[in-house]
Amino acid sequence: MTGKTLYDKIWDAHLVDESEDGTSLLYIDRHLVHEVTSPQAFEGLRMTGRSVRAPGKTIAVPDHNVPTTAGRENIANMTEESRIQVQALDQNARDFGINYYPVSDIRQGIVHIVGPEQGWTLPGMTVVCGDSHTATHGAFGALAHGIGTSEVEHVLATQTLIQKKSKNMKVEITGQLPPGVTAKDITLSIIGKTGTAGGTGYVIEYCGEAIRSLSMEGRMTVCNMAIEGGARAGIIAPDETTFDYVKGRPHAPKGAQWEAALAWWKTLYSDDDAHWDKVVTIRAEDIAPVVTWGTSPEDVLPITGTVPAPQDFQGGKVEAAARSLDYMGLEPGTPLTDIKIDAVFIGSCTNGRIEDLRAAAEILKGRKLADGVRGMVVPGSGLVRAQAEEEGLDKIFIEAGFEWRLAGCSMCLGMNPDQLAPGERCAATSNRNFEGRMGRGGRTHLMSPVMAAAAGVTGHLTDVREMMAETV
Amino acid sequence: MEKFEKLTGIAAPLPLVNIDTDMIIPKQFLKTIKREGLGVNLFDEMRYDDQGNENPDFVLNKPAYRQAEILIAGDNFGCGSSREHAPWAIKDFGIRCVIAPSFADIFFNNCFKNGILPIPLPQEQVDILMKDAEKGANARMTVDLENQVITTSDGEEIAFDVDPFRKHCLLEGLDDIGLTLAKAPSIDGFESQMAQERPWV
Repeated sequence: MTGKTLYDKIWDAHLVDESEDGTSLLYIDRHLVHEVTSPQAFEGLRMTGRSVRAPGKTIAVPDHNVPTTAGRENIANMTEESRIQVQALDQNARDFGINYYPVSDIRQGIVHIVGPEQGWTLPGMTVVCGDSHTATHGAFGALAHGIGTSEVEHVLATQTLIQKKSKNMKVEITGQLPPGVTAKDITLSIIGKTGTAGGTGYVIEYCGEAIRSLSMEGRMTVCNMAIEGGARAGIIAPDETTFDYVKGRPHAPKGAQWEAALAWWKTLYSDDDAHWDKVVTIRAEDIAPVVTWGTSPEDVLPITGTVPAPQDFQGGKVEAAARSLDYMGLEPGTPLTDIKIDAVFIGSCTNGRIEDLRAAAEILKGRKLADGVRGMVVPGSGLVRAQAEEEGLDKIFIEAGFEWRLAGCSMCLGMNPDQLAPGERCAATSNRNFEGRMGRGGRTHLMSPVMAAAAGVTGHLTDVREMMAETV
Repeated sequence: MEKFEKLTGIAAPLPLVNIDTDMIIPKQFLKTIKREGLGVNLFDEMRYDDQGNENPDFVLNKPAYRQAEILIAGDNFGCGSSREHAPWAIKDFGIRCVIAPSFADIFFNNCFKNGILPIPLPQEQVDILMKDAEKGANARMTVDLENQVITTSDGEEIAFDVDPFRKHCLLEGLDDIGLTLAKAPSIDGFESQMAQERPWV
């Protein structure tokens, strides 16, 4: 008999019912909820007189549409539209008795940062949220993915999801990352290689020495962008790094339950003889610090490259590339390091954790943003912010000329007032460079926190490795 | 949910790859707490200029396609954000069927929950339908879910695959939650077993 993949094992452990055609009912261990994709789901429950089946497994936090400026705990300081959504979540959390972290709570933050931080996310779990970046939680060896609002309502009412099983894809990163190359460069490079639809129909397991060497923060960055590669979920087998991170978190098991959980978690890996439908292998030493040049996360190039021309591509991508270059205001053949920027955004569920802020601060220490460049740091949670302040990172950012904001999704999706102006060009640690994503007409280049910090200092896209060689 | 059985209507050609859900419905329209009313902002940034005037070159603004009920698009349609506002906007505009070489996973699921039929077809067949759609308002095509066949304005027939369970739900207009709640005893049983095996969850 063939062995099982990690995904197979978690799937089997959550199967409630399976029809002959493979349509399955999967049990959901954790349901994360935020203010933007849930109001219609709660409204649906009310209209049908249904309740939340497992309120203790449901965790809500406002993040997408909250202001990141001081004084927001006073709801009068929010725009009317933010206020309506945040108040609706307040009300729904109260009415249905679910776990809740309001904006006034220091534990509030981006849902995908709060879940792991509070120990809600544990190995072997199924985790869903009405947000595509739910893939982040896969870093713990959990099966985690985004769902639509109808499915949010379905999970609220039944604690299950109707699913068909995806195929298994293995992405192995062999060897060790060179200096200046980070988890973000890994995940962007994978998408650059496989394309934004390369993972469609698959769950990706990331493995290999370079993945094993990453911290939990780095692993979350890698899994976070599995969705940008088209995959339903990204997953990394849990190990000592995972267990060390989880232990002692508020909602992690304790005592005898910890021991029982640990014993099961240690069985969560892909068997040597497991079947893979697709395998991609990348050597870590071949990965350079990368940036995106276009309006799709697959538009990835090493910072040492030049802006491509539409004719470098094939099929529908020729026209897409031409459209991207026009939108981004770029000429083919331009060295990427010649691209001047106007703004730097450090934050998001991809790179808003403490390690990301430490890495960016390391580059910014004793340096300043270039003239005319504005910068914004938005910690991923209130606790990340407090930790950063304890370490003095806030002072480094502020002295470098950055704004030091409160936790939220902020500019990554630009729902709140944190947006780019038309034509404004931003070095961003977020996950999407789509047209209009960070503000209508705004131009986004995705990169790692150290690369974004370096670009902020020089005022143009920059190879951080050169800056690392300099002493300040 | 509204049933989907057989649809005959105008198809609008939108031959772009990687149309993401931010393009389908930009974030400023996610501030609603309702499902309705998003059709006017479907493809907002392509459809209107900075002042809110219609861009006459955009396909859904052309007289021939203002009443389109089918959309023919490029590869990887609906990628990006999980926002169900995307299918809500498509449906609210009046489009009930999207045909493309491939779809992003979450968007694809979301369509079926809203009475929209997404049909993935090989590129060559999408190319045939794209050409047919480019003929304009007089060229109406038919999508027959029961028989799983698309008929072009010239009478050419193209068969398509659809998941049997999803087809059944669309044809009958079934509510997923109602179907799952009928399995409540299985869910109860699973939870009791888990309380023993994985009590920390």
